[in-house]
Amino acid sequence: MAIEVIKPGLATTVQDAGRVGYYNVGIPLSGALDQYSFRAANLLVGNDENAAVLECSLLGPELRFLDDAIIAVTGSTMTPKLDGTLAATGEAIAVRAGAVVSFDFMRAGARAYIAVAGGIDVPVVLGSRSTYGLGAFGGFLGRKFAAGDVLKTGPAPAGARAGRRLPAELAMPLPKEVELRVMPGLYYHRLTEASAARFFEDTWTVAPEADRIGYRYRNGRPLEFCPRQQPFGAGSDPSNIVDAGYPYGSIQVPGGVEPIILHRDAVSGGGYAMIGTVISADMDRIAQMQPNYKARFVKVDLDTALAARADRQQRLDQLRAALR
Amino acid sequence: MTIGTARYTPGGDEHIFVELSEEMSLEAFFKGMAITTALAQQKVPGVTEICPANASYQVRFDPDVIHPDAMLAILKRVEAEAGNAELDLDTRIVEIPVLFDDPWTNETQLRFRERHQDPTSTDLQYAARINGYANVTDFIAAYSGSPWFVSMVGFVAGLPFMFQMVERARQIEVPKYLRPRTDTPKLTIGHGGCFNAIYSVRGAGGYQMFGITPAPIFDPAQGLPYLKHFMAFFRPGDIVKFKSIDRAAYDAALDQVAAGSFDLRIRPVKFSLKQFLADPAAYNRSLLEVLHGN
Repeated sequence: MAIEVIKPGLATTVQDAGRVGYYNVGIPLSGALDQYSFRAANLLVGNDENAAVLECSLLGPELRFLDDAIIAVTGSTMTPKLDGTLAATGEAIAVRAGAVVSFDFMRAGARAYIAVAGGIDVPVVLGSRSTYGLGAFGGFLGRKFAAGDVLKTGPAPAGARAGRRLPAELAMPLPKEVELRVMPGLYYHRLTEASAARFFEDTWTVAPEADRIGYRYRNGRPLEFCPRQQPFGAGSDPSNIVDAGYPYGSIQVPGGVEPIILHRDAVSGGGYAMIGTVISADMDRIAQMQPNYKARFVKVDLDTALAARADRQQRLDQLRAALR
Repeated sequence: MTIGTARYTPGGDEHIFVELSEEMSLEAFFKGMAITTALAQQKVPGVTEICPANASYQVRFDPDVIHPDAMLAILKRVEAEAGNAELDLDTRIVEIPVLFDDPWTNETQLRFRERHQDPTSTDLQYAARINGYANVTDFIAAYSGSPWFVSMVGFVAGLPFMFQMVERARQIEVPKYLRPRTDTPKLTIGHGGCFNAIYSVRGAGGYQMFGITPAPIFDPAQGLPYLKHFMAFFRPGDIVKFKSIDRAAYDAALDQVAAGSFDLRIRPVKFSLKQFLADPAAYNRSLLEVLHGN
């Protein structure tokens, strides 16, 4: 079972649930940025929900299927075309051997997931098939696709069939204005009180520098750090700290100018003060933000974060039940 | 010198971040090593990442398995217990060959000179001058004379941050570039603030560039003997001694790397913080005897 890459798209990589346990040596989680849509794609084609899929960013690939296959496309609105004929997103569709699958432009959201029944068969590295670009390993030869690449897929599972459909109410919402819930903490106390308040008042715009490592936001008012005698080893700028580990979802503001939220290919540490962390339930939302989408940061406490996490789990359970 | 009680703060619902000290010190680093080592041994269900850093550490966990309040209580208990422990560390000492003042980092410096504090000097000349050294030769002698602790591994895969094992008055400090470069050669020996870093992969960077090592320190293909165990060589707690080499030795080492026969001098060693603090210079000499013994 094989797929030939005719056009690679902007940044198409193999991703799965991620690589846990190596952040202490700078190897991040990786894995699908929108874990909800990734699982939905796998469940649609009858795969284990953690099977490896293709993650496409902004511009989809063009693929020739060398064998019959069942595929499903979820996440952003990126309609597949079979030999030029439009097909459905959020639905398991049959692809005949020799067919070319291309994609319409991405109308809403930023990342689409293409699951193939049987999963993408690349070597497991440190417990995951996910691509880690900075380290150049995992996925397909440790990189995004190039024209001419040939991907192998595993044997289709018994439950693979065309026609299984994602109920509309269980699709990933793709708003152009997104609320991201943030737990203040880490070095939040280094911000002046007025500046901390403004962070939550302003509307921020996704900058062009938004990728799997981190999302940069602009157009809010600059943040001010409390002046201090910088501690030994911290560096001279008031936004500097003694280099420390960065949590996933943590927000750093180099020089106080543009907040950066680290995502699943995060740099694991550095010397910029982090002012809070996006809650785990909202990380998938970031994955679906295109440049120029807008974000409001909403201050929440731990109880709210845990309740949101439970809601997300419940929604995943509904998804599993609906696509059984 | 003593450090106060740790500061515990959430990193969302999946992390707890623990700042042991606002400023860098060997005591803070050692306390972090003691706590994270003890925590790893406890194999707490739900804990997925334990990441020691220079003067802090963070833990990532699954809050569906262990409630953040329970996680916090465990971390505070481990801190209390580790505070009474002897700060000894079973580790290893490694010799890293370095070609200082090399053509590749010098070429890169020239491409980004307008981002530097002193465009008329090289990074080495600038660092030597602002740290009070008469010339670059003396600076390199100090840099490669006393050993360094790997106090954090990260930023990108396998990149070590190191802290020199000397009194604070002798610590080498330099600012980062005014604006980060978009390029740094792979295996550059860099320095920013009081930290050394070896760039494990090519990429952006803001540290001053002093030289380059022929020794790969991160390789997913794991071709060299010392990378067989794991693709990233360095671990927090490693002790490193830099050895200044010339161009001929650098080229010879690169040939060995290509042939797969290059290896590093690595010796096991037990480090005692108490003995070190009593007489750093004498203790460092004893460490180097271990490194060069057989």
